[in-house]
Amino acid sequence: MKLIDLANPTRFLALTERVLPWLSALTAILLAIGLYQSALAPDDYQQGATVKIMFIHVPNAWLSMFVWGVMSVAALGTLVWRHPLADVAAKAAAPIGASFTFLALVTGSLWGRPMWGTYWEWDARLTSVLILFLMYLGIMALWRAVEDPSRAARAAAVLTLVGAINIPIIKFSVDWWNTLHQGASVIRMGGSTMDRAFLIPLLIMAVAFSLLFLTLHLAAMRNEVLRRRVRTLQMMQASNQGA
Amino acid sequence: MTALAALIRRDIRIALRAGGGALIGVLFFVTVVVVMPFALGPDLALLKRIGPAILWLGAMLASLLTLDRLFTADQDDGSLDVIAMSRTPMELTCAAKAIAHWLAAGIPLIVATPLAGILLNLDAQATFAVMLTLLVGTPALTFIGMIGAGLAVTLRRGGLLLAVVVLPLSIPVLIFGVAASNAAISGPTPFGTPFSILCALSLVSFVIGPFAAAASLRQGLD
Repeated sequence: MKLIDLANPTRFLALTERVLPWLSALTAILLAIGLYQSALAPDDYQQGATVKIMFIHVPNAWLSMFVWGVMSVAALGTLVWRHPLADVAAKAAAPIGASFTFLALVTGSLWGRPMWGTYWEWDARLTSVLILFLMYLGIMALWRAVEDPSRAARAAAVLTLVGAINIPIIKFSVDWWNTLHQGASVIRMGGSTMDRAFLIPLLIMAVAFSLLFLTLHLAAMRNEVLRRRVRTLQMMQASNQGA
Repeated sequence: MTALAALIRRDIRIALRAGGGALIGVLFFVTVVVVMPFALGPDLALLKRIGPAILWLGAMLASLLTLDRLFTADQDDGSLDVIAMSRTPMELTCAAKAIAHWLAAGIPLIVATPLAGILLNLDAQATFAVMLTLLVGTPALTFIGMIGAGLAVTLRRGGLLLAVVVLPLSIPVLIFGVAASNAAISGPTPFGTPFSILCALSLVSFVIGPFAAAASLRQGLD
C-alpha cells in the first residue's frame, strides 16, 4: 500500500531532479537582474532612497499570500482527491510561506520607521499579516503534533482552508479601512499608478521571488518525499525485526 | 431531530455536573477580571475605560479553556465513536454539540458579566452593552473554537495546540466585540456597524464551523 503510494512520487523525484538545476539558475539570474535594476531605480521625490525597500518588501508580501493560496489548493487535493503529493506540497510550503511573511513584516517595519516614524502600528494591513504569520506557525505546529503524515495532512488541510478566509481580508484591508498603509497601486482598476522606473524592477523582482518560491518549494518537496521514504523503510525494518 | 435534542440535553447535563467544567469556565472568567486590577493598578477611571476589553478577553480565554473538553471527554469514554457511527450527519452533530456547549458555558459567562462589570466600575448601560455583544459574539467563539477542538481531539496534549490554532482565527470577533461595546458606551462611532459585523461573524462561523469540525473529526477517528 505504502509502496504503491510512492509510485507517483518517484516520477516526481526524477522530473524535479532534471528541472531544479535550470530553475535555480534562472532564479539566480532573474534575482541578480532584479536587484541590479532596483539599485539603479531613481530615488523617490518624497521617500528618497528608502523607496528601494519596496523591491524586497512588496514581493515578499505578495508571496506570503500566494503561498497560502498554494497551500489551500494543496489542501483541496488532500481532502478531495487524496493525492499523496498534495500533502507533501502543503507541508513543504508552510515554512517557506512563514519565511516570506516574516520578511515582509521585517522589511515593512524597517521601511515604516523612516516613513511613518514607527516600527509598528496596529493598522489593518499590518495586523492581518501578523495574524497570517501566526497562522503559518500554527499550521507548522499542527504538522509536527501528529506523527502519522497522512493524518497530519488532513488535519492541516482543514485548518488551511479555514485560514484561507484571512487572505481576501488582508488583500482588501487597505481598501476597506483607511489606515496608515498605502492602498493598492500596482494592480488596480484603470491601470497602475506607479511610474515605469519603479514598476519594471518591481515586476522583475516579483517574478524572481515567485521563481525562488517554486525552486525552494520543489526542493523542499523532494526532501519531504525522501524523508517519508526513510520513515517507511524504518517502519518496514522495525516490523521485520518484530516478526 | 429528537436525537439532536437528546444530544444537546445530555451535553448540557454533563457540562453542568461535576467534571464537566462549564462552571469552572465562569470561575476562570471572574478570576481573570479580578486579576486585572492587580496588574493595571486600582485606577477606577482606567478600569472603566478598558473594562469592555477586559471582559471580552476574559470571555475569550474562558471559552478557550472549556472548548478543550468539547470532544475530548467523549473521545475518552468512547461515546464519540458511537456518535460518529449513528445515522445523524456529523455536521449536525457538531452543530448540536456546539450549541449545547454555548448554552452550558457561554450563557453563564453572560450571566456573570454584571458581577464582573461592578468590579470594573462599569455603569449599568455599559454592562448591558457588553452583555449584548457577548450574547451575539460568543457563539462565534464557540463555533470557531470547535474547529480547533476537532483538530486537537486525537492529539495528546492538544489543549495547547488548540489555543495556538484558534486564537488567531478569533481575533476578528474580539475586535468587533470590543468595538461595538465601546461604541455603545462612549464612542462617537455608531453602535450598529460593528454590531452587525459581529452578528455576521457569528452567522458565518455557524456555517463554516460544523463542516470544518466534522471534517477534522472524521479524519481523526479513522
